[in-house]
Amino acid sequence: MGIDTTRDTTHRMDLLRFATAGSVDDGKSTLIGRLLLDSKAIFEDQLEAVEATSTAKGYDYTDLALLTDGLRSEREQGITIDVAYRYFATPNRKFIIADTPGHVQYTRNMVTGASTADLGLVLVDARQGLTEQSRRHAVILSLLRVPHLVLAVNKMDLVDYDQKVYDDIYREFTQFATKLNVPDLEVIPISALSGDNVVNRSENMPWYSGPTLMHHLEHVHVASDRDLIDARFPVQYVIRPKSDEYHDYRGYAGQVAGGVLKPGDEVVVLPSGMTSKISKIDLFDEDIAEAFPPMSVTIHLEDDVDVSRGDMIARVRNAPTPTQDIDAMICWMTTAPLLPRQKLAIKHTTRTGRALVKDIQYRLDVNTLHRDQETKELGVNEIGRVTLRTTVPLLVDPYSKNRTTGSFILIDEATGITVGAGMING
Amino acid sequence: MTQTRTDYRLSQLDQLEAESIHIFREVAAEFEKPVLMFSGGKDSIVMLRLAEKAFFPAKIPFSILQVDTGLDFPEVMETRDRWVSRLGVNLVVASIDDAIKNGIIPDAAKISRNRLQIPTLLNAIEENGFTAAFGGGRRDEEKARAKERVYSHRDEFGQWDPKMQRPELWSLYNGRLHEGEHMRIFPISNWTELDVWDYIGRENIEIPNIYFSHQRRVFERDGMLMTETPLNPLRDGEVVTERTVRYRTCGDITLTGCVESTASTIAEIIDEVAVAKKTERGATRGDDRFSEAAMEDRKKEGYF
Repeated sequence: MGIDTTRDTTHRMDLLRFATAGSVDDGKSTLIGRLLLDSKAIFEDQLEAVEATSTAKGYDYTDLALLTDGLRSEREQGITIDVAYRYFATPNRKFIIADTPGHVQYTRNMVTGASTADLGLVLVDARQGLTEQSRRHAVILSLLRVPHLVLAVNKMDLVDYDQKVYDDIYREFTQFATKLNVPDLEVIPISALSGDNVVNRSENMPWYSGPTLMHHLEHVHVASDRDLIDARFPVQYVIRPKSDEYHDYRGYAGQVAGGVLKPGDEVVVLPSGMTSKISKIDLFDEDIAEAFPPMSVTIHLEDDVDVSRGDMIARVRNAPTPTQDIDAMICWMTTAPLLPRQKLAIKHTTRTGRALVKDIQYRLDVNTLHRDQETKELGVNEIGRVTLRTTVPLLVDPYSKNRTTGSFILIDEATGITVGAGMING
Repeated sequence: MTQTRTDYRLSQLDQLEAESIHIFREVAAEFEKPVLMFSGGKDSIVMLRLAEKAFFPAKIPFSILQVDTGLDFPEVMETRDRWVSRLGVNLVVASIDDAIKNGIIPDAAKISRNRLQIPTLLNAIEENGFTAAFGGGRRDEEKARAKERVYSHRDEFGQWDPKMQRPELWSLYNGRLHEGEHMRIFPISNWTELDVWDYIGRENIEIPNIYFSHQRRVFERDGMLMTETPLNPLRDGEVVTERTVRYRTCGDITLTGCVESTASTIAEIIDEVAVAKKTERGATRGDDRFSEAAMEDRKKEGYF
């Protein structure tokens, strides 16, 4: 039993990034431990170390959380503080897990993990049903536009694999999810401890006909989640070798953020508005026919227009409008509150500038989705709608259209710390 | 020119490569004086290859820094020299022997050279004014590394504070520094050991030949096979035999063990790695065996 570990070395393997969420004692570590164990991503020496520590601590079981809680202070307190990234693979897909903490005071770490995720995995304890935590996590995953959501109803073994328990949670959650933006939802009854519906189909729940968790993770279609229509190329670095061999070489290096770019395409360089045509696209020493997200390539233009880091190349009739007025949802990540008139540094794609907080429109209660318009500040781990005025024009899209051109970070200029995560409305 | 795609999907290895190249370019664009830390092992060589690709056809726009422990495998140094000359990059060597001679670090014969790498490295970073140092660390190596950001902030003492890490969102990396601070950058954070081997095979990358199966005179110590060398005198009861072995990591010759293996091609190594029951570090690195938090503690002090 378990997963076939025959490796695909033909390099056609696919990648899925997922973020886990859930309350403290809902069995998240056990589930991750099982996914890693069953896919052979845990090695003997790691397991032996965990077993030895468990014995030394006087436990009569192997504490799989010790595998995942990598920091001394986490092991001391027995809680997960920071996001940890873990890896496992099946023959068809490689998985990157952003293992995020459940505690409310670490919402910022959940936002961090969810920002790059294709799929969010929320665990609930079948005995407890939906809690404030599970709702909050679903809200955050939906705000961050994580396109696929899985609600894993765990500990089914403790409710006698009762279908009614699952049905009630299913109904309650789908009702709640109508208020959110969840394009794809799967609800799976599991027992992480005994392995029901995790990798192998459970014989204890014949009433459930959906996929196992692993089957779903392996087959959920993520390629179509990218925007392949609106061409967006933030210029990251200008390559000018100035060598004898490449005397006139002038290439604009960057990672494609949206759309498909081809030689011959008429393009506009923003914010200058100069137009030209793509003459050539390089991928290292290879001349390629087209570039699409998330490829890192080098683009050449026919004309010698002025292009530098921070500029964006887009299609002539489909380009973002440069703007200095930003309306965004902000997750605030530091103890000193976000206040109106505050000045911060802002980084959006490859462009950096300064931003002035013009107005805090409302604070979102992530438990009830209530919009509190009285509050005029955002505290740590709070999310709200904010308007900003920036010193440089930003080349933005709504976050709902493009997670790369629709996102930004705010930096405290005195400490240099990242204090806010922004998602542009539109 | 290659054919037009129809499915617009990148393989996971291509996605990892694209992400790593993005990180290399971001650092080169935003930091005043980056440097690439190079140990000569497979991860650092993959890093060199990625850096080469990121700036092609221009040269890699930063130097390479190697901490010479005096205990490195000669085969590894030969490979290093071939790479440096092929890429035409500037190599900075920070030698532990020199650091001891110049009184920068104490000559404490009892302290392992592995630990002496830390002050030697930090001194080289300070002396050369490097503001960012690329490292080939991977999060799959060790549970403390699983917590590491791609941009890992270090204070003026080179220390890592896991509790004060900056949140890292999307691919928007924050490279702000104060005077004297620097950033450690890990472009291959999301790669696994198997990805590295797949990539070495795909790109046909030259690596030190000690990774491939060969005959070697070895002795057993602490359950590991150590190479016979005057740098690592035999202790009572240790017997040298000739075996067919290869290395899974390239570290300090006195602390790095080899494994018995007949894998002599990348494909055979991949097959072996895919079914390995132990991690590369657990199997062959004496330096990680000190305590439950050996890696975390060294990283806090400034190790990479």
